Amino acid sequence: MALPQKSRKANYAWRMFANHMATGLAVLSTILVVAPLIAIFVYLLYKGASSLNLAFFTKTPAPVGESGGGMANAIVGSGILLALSSLLGVPVGIGAGIYLSEFGRGGKLANFVRFTADVLNGVPSIVMGISIYSLIVLPQKHFSALSGGVALGVMMIPTITRTTEEMLLMVPNAIREAALGLGVPNWRSVLSISLKTASPGVITGCMLAFARVAGETAPLLFTAFGNQFWSANINQPIAALPLQIYVYALSPYDEWHRLAWAGALVLILLIVISVSLVRYVTTRGVLKGAS
Amino acid sequence: MSVGIEVSQFNAWYGSNHALHDINLHIPANQATALIGPSGCGKSTFVRCINRMHETNPIARATGTIRIGDLDIYSDVSPVEVRRRIGMVFQRPNPFPTMSIYDNVASGLRLNGFRNRRVLDEVVERSLKHAALFDEVKDDLKKKSGASLSGGQQQRLCIARALAVDPEVLLMDEPASALDPVSTAKIEDLIFQLKSQYTIVIVTHNMQQAARVAERTGFFLNGRLVEFDSTHKIFTNPGDKRTEDYITGRFG
Repeated sequence: MALPQKSRKANYAWRMFANHMATGLAVLSTILVVAPLIAIFVYLLYKGASSLNLAFFTKTPAPVGESGGGMANAIVGSGILLALSSLLGVPVGIGAGIYLSEFGRGGKLANFVRFTADVLNGVPSIVMGISIYSLIVLPQKHFSALSGGVALGVMMIPTITRTTEEMLLMVPNAIREAALGLGVPNWRSVLSISLKTASPGVITGCMLAFARVAGETAPLLFTAFGNQFWSANINQPIAALPLQIYVYALSPYDEWHRLAWAGALVLILLIVISVSLVRYVTTRGVLKGAS
Repeated sequence: MSVGIEVSQFNAWYGSNHALHDINLHIPANQATALIGPSGCGKSTFVRCINRMHETNPIARATGTIRIGDLDIYSDVSPVEVRRRIGMVFQRPNPFPTMSIYDNVASGLRLNGFRNRRVLDEVVERSLKHAALFDEVKDDLKKKSGASLSGGQQQRLCIARALAVDPEVLLMDEPASALDPVSTAKIEDLIFQLKSQYTIVIVTHNMQQAARVAERTGFFLNGRLVEFDSTHKIFTNPGDKRTEDYITGRFG
């Protein structure tokens, strides 16, 4: 189809214009995604970096009226809470995702589990805190790190379950058939072939869930409760960075405000460091040309 | 030692679709047997029944008997055990994408709990040599992913992977249909060499290929085995009008 010379030129100009518009919009969207993160980070550095010193990482909070002190117990407490929650959330979440994709595919139970996971994902975190409060804290009659870990762990499950399922569904069936055709038992094929092939995506899902609950405050208010002192006992109330930030930010003291900013900065840095670390460790062995 | 395959009164279904009707045939040991026929005639379903891959589809079922040597594979053993003795090469090369070349070949043994490094090294090298791939990949065995090879190399890698578990029978479901002519010729050469040690069943859409590699050929149509005879007889003097129509290109 030969267009007249003039309209061909106009057509070309229009296509160039449309192309630049589309590229421009994509770049703009990218900036809008990255900008808030950078803005938050710069603001935290500006507000919090000056209060970061050795004492912040080594000392417990100072009593009211005294200056100095740090958040060492809250940093360790957050670590313990996140370890507990990952211990619960990661295996249960991945297990349920495997069930949805590899065993229950299309079944009634699978549809019910999927629906439940989606609803659980939408449960406000404060509701999760109250539920765990009445399920664990009330019967035990005391706040505890354990109950906080359970609250965060339950919040991790739906995200991990759904990403695990989606990632496993992307593993081509030909790969599963190859394993079964070699005389590999089904359970072994699921773990060593399907899950391994899907593992980069599954790990991303776990990291998303981890990073999300790392900053949660509401579910910890009625469970981990917070603690001004050292505690590594999972049956006792425990400090956590988000709780400490919350308490300090609401206080009337300027120094506590500065410590709250520093706490927020440390919290974000810890999340970034742990996510990068996991990504580094899990992608180390990837081969040339692996898809 | 390889063994023959004895099939009697075999029927298979996908849900209510009766895919295979009363199949009876004897596939001799240490020969290549080709199965030809138009798409959807049941030949792929049939080879998938020989290693019980058919039943991995939840709506599939089958009746009748298939014997490998004197073993009735539908009543004497578990499907996992059957598949260890009957290797399969699929239509599209399907190496494990996260594994190196070495790990791909070793996977059948490793995933069944076999760990001896020295023996694994030997088996991997022998299998890759058997599949005529060793010289092309020997420098990258543990460095490159199986998925980084070309299509033809990937298919030979899959053959090596199947050979590594030392099967008695090798099933090939259109192993060269996704490959270029040079790679296809390499696969055919390979079939020629392998049949001294294995019983080979090859599904193919390419009738020249059947004529080149197979001693015996079966013609499937609409889920029935229309004719099964020596390849020479099928292609020069078929006994059934439908076979003649198919091989002369009048349909299919």
